[in-house]
Amino acid sequence: MGKYGWTLPVAASSYAGKIDFGIWLIHAAMLGIFVLWGAFFIYLLVKFRARPGHNAVREDHDDTPAHISVPDSISKFPFAQMLYKNKGELKSLIPDMVIMTFEVALIVFYAIPVWSSIKSSVPDTKDPVRVEVVAEQFGWSVHYAGPDGKLGPRKMELTHFSNPIGLDLAHPDSADDVVMGNEMRLPVDKTVLIDLLSKDVIHSFFIPEFRLKQDAVPGLSIPMWVTPNKTGKYEITCAQLCGFAHSLMRGDVFVMTQAEYDAWYQSRLATKPASAQPTNPAEAF
Amino acid sequence: MAHDNHGHHELSFTERYVFSVDHKVIGLQYLITSFLFLLVGFALMGLMRWQLAFPGSPIPFFGHLFPADLAPNGVMSGEFYNSLGAMHGTIMVFLGVVPLAVGAYGNYVLPLQIGAPDMAFPRMNMMSYWTYLPGGLLMLSSFLMPGGAAQSGWTSYPPLSIINPGQTVWLLSMVILITSSLLGAINFLVTTINMRAPGMSLWRMPVFCWAQFVTSVLLLLAFPPLEAASVLQLMDRVFHTSFYLPKDLVILGKAYAGSGGGQPLLWQHLFWFLAHPEVYVLVLPPMGIVAEIIANNTRKPLHGYKTMVFSMIAIGVMSFMVWAHHMFISGMSASLSNFFLVTTMIISVPSVALMTCLVFSLKGGSIRFNVPMLFALAFIPLFAIGGLTGLPLGLTVTDIYLHDTYYVIGHFHFVVVSGSIIALMGGTYYWFPKWYGRKMNDKLGLIHFWGSVITMCGIFGPMLFMGLGGASRRLYDPTAQLHNLPVQGWNVVATYSAYLLALFQIPFIYNFFNSMWRGEKTPENPWQATTLEWACPSPPPHGNFEKTPTVYRGPYEYSVPGRKTDFWMQTDKN
Repeated sequence: MGKYGWTLPVAASSYAGKIDFGIWLIHAAMLGIFVLWGAFFIYLLVKFRARPGHNAVREDHDDTPAHISVPDSISKFPFAQMLYKNKGELKSLIPDMVIMTFEVALIVFYAIPVWSSIKSSVPDTKDPVRVEVVAEQFGWSVHYAGPDGKLGPRKMELTHFSNPIGLDLAHPDSADDVVMGNEMRLPVDKTVLIDLLSKDVIHSFFIPEFRLKQDAVPGLSIPMWVTPNKTGKYEITCAQLCGFAHSLMRGDVFVMTQAEYDAWYQSRLATKPASAQPTNPAEAF
Repeated sequence: MAHDNHGHHELSFTERYVFSVDHKVIGLQYLITSFLFLLVGFALMGLMRWQLAFPGSPIPFFGHLFPADLAPNGVMSGEFYNSLGAMHGTIMVFLGVVPLAVGAYGNYVLPLQIGAPDMAFPRMNMMSYWTYLPGGLLMLSSFLMPGGAAQSGWTSYPPLSIINPGQTVWLLSMVILITSSLLGAINFLVTTINMRAPGMSLWRMPVFCWAQFVTSVLLLLAFPPLEAASVLQLMDRVFHTSFYLPKDLVILGKAYAGSGGGQPLLWQHLFWFLAHPEVYVLVLPPMGIVAEIIANNTRKPLHGYKTMVFSMIAIGVMSFMVWAHHMFISGMSASLSNFFLVTTMIISVPSVALMTCLVFSLKGGSIRFNVPMLFALAFIPLFAIGGLTGLPLGLTVTDIYLHDTYYVIGHFHFVVVSGSIIALMGGTYYWFPKWYGRKMNDKLGLIHFWGSVITMCGIFGPMLFMGLGGASRRLYDPTAQLHNLPVQGWNVVATYSAYLLALFQIPFIYNFFNSMWRGEKTPENPWQATTLEWACPSPPPHGNFEKTPTVYRGPYEYSVPGRKTDFWMQTDKN
């Protein structure tokens, strides 16, 4: 069970490392902030505890009269005067500024660039694997475009228990397509372009090992990509409440070598029914 | 006016305790009712936690009391689990914490602290409570309706919420509850603006009043969009409109008969436009309570009163611009996420300023460790854990992985439970002498305090680890997924901690009712506080103050050099 543990599962995609870096960096910072503040907090509680002979002391700015004299150099600047008069209070903003600087650095140098590289752009690859993932209560259909790189069209009226995504099998683009239920096989180190759809309610496509999560929204086709970089068996789960069997909505991902993947794909094509077109579309419902 | 009838005729029992227009009675009605709802929401969670720790095993003692369709052979069904989850969230937020923070403490304490004889609109105040209670009972009654209670989470995302049973009653009671909150919000605003005693300028109001004021603005502006959105969802369910439904839905193999053309994400935007400001509604009043207790028990002015007030105003304004950080992976535009990432980091600045001021207030003090103060002090580190764990969730990249995992659950429970609820409980110990002229027992208070704080960490701490392990929220059976198995032990720890937390509430409940009649009698100002609520008898008579008080100074004049006592009340001329 080495893949999973008490913290992040094994990282098995090209961008998993970038996401993990952020998670650990932020947790280190959080721990640092908490420990420093915690130590200061306990120090204050001990040092300023009520005891005989000890009295509370007001801070300077508590009794500063409003007409405190300001240095001549800033007498012409009302805003600077206001800051000067309140400098005792404003000191408390120093830790805030430190944290804010850290956050700005995180946003500028980490969050926006990495987010854009994952969500707003696709790595420049020729010959990617193209699939469409269609979610429904309570399973995932994985529709492979096949060697031609074109996904066959789907029609709602063709939806049938033997054809859950309503694939138009008569269409030429569908000739080399394969549809799998709750199972996804991918070649290692190759970019996969995925269109995510849902037939009924909102689901969320989550592969923890890939650090890949995206809601599947009915009515939208949401593009995403992933480049698996470790062979092995991983898990697809649904991360958005989708009904009574939500927790059972899972599937397996097998990342294999290119040769294994090609052999598997050919075997699927060979066993594909010649034409599974429902004879009478009206029976589809 | 509220005090027109004051002293003119004896009020009947019903006028005095049931349909009362006195803000103090209404406040206590809110207090007891919302504590009861918190208990109900907690009980629902107790059932869920059994299923989470020991999936598929019969619920002990209670399992066979449920009808067979909810819990066949005493084992909870998936539908029942989802109902409990949705109702737990709804009850805790809309029937528990908000009415407790605003309806109870705001109602009782705010008019006293600003020196008002009552709320500006006493009848509307009564109506607010009598809208809240039926709304809450309607919500609970949905468990008895055909199809059971709502099963789509407290967020009620369509299309699931439109095809699931139970949602119609949920939506109806939400509309009623929102109406109640709006009535309250308007009342609080008018009271704060118009009813302050002579001399009580805005900059002399205690932090708690400012917190209630900002909270009321949030309620007033954030709730109407959700009320409208709920009506639209109700129409989608009842009249088969398609505000939130796209075309060509196929549900369990059948084409859905709606016309389509709607957009599920529309609901999410409208919902979170309310629900993010709502987070600050849950947090600001408790923070106000903490500020009051800390100023009183350090015996010195708060560090940075104005900084705190400006921070709360800034939070109020910014809270309307961060809602879509709940939607980074919802399918909305990826570049839009960058905007909400930046606003989310901006709102953390005033939040950190508030916490900094609370900690710095301890410096130079003479800290009394009484029971209310322990609660107020515990709020600081525990709320800080909640705030800090918000960082990786607010950051787009790390949210990809952590979104919708137990990390989120751990984060917001640290904020709301070991933050807000801890502070609200502290408020009970602090203001109890005002309500009943008696004091709650200290020993029982200590048992309640330490027991609650430790067990809360035992529930929510493990959730952070489960979340890092990738365990998703809202799973009826976490063990159905392989990657959850190594962290399943944490679920057992959390479950037993939750049951212990329940046990530690018994001393609190006993202490509350016992002290009401048998508690040690206290003088008018037992904590030697400076604010106005301690300048009238305990409990205050109808109309509160014998004559309208005059306010001479700011709210926290403690330890002023050259005075005999270390507190200088706002109403003392010299």
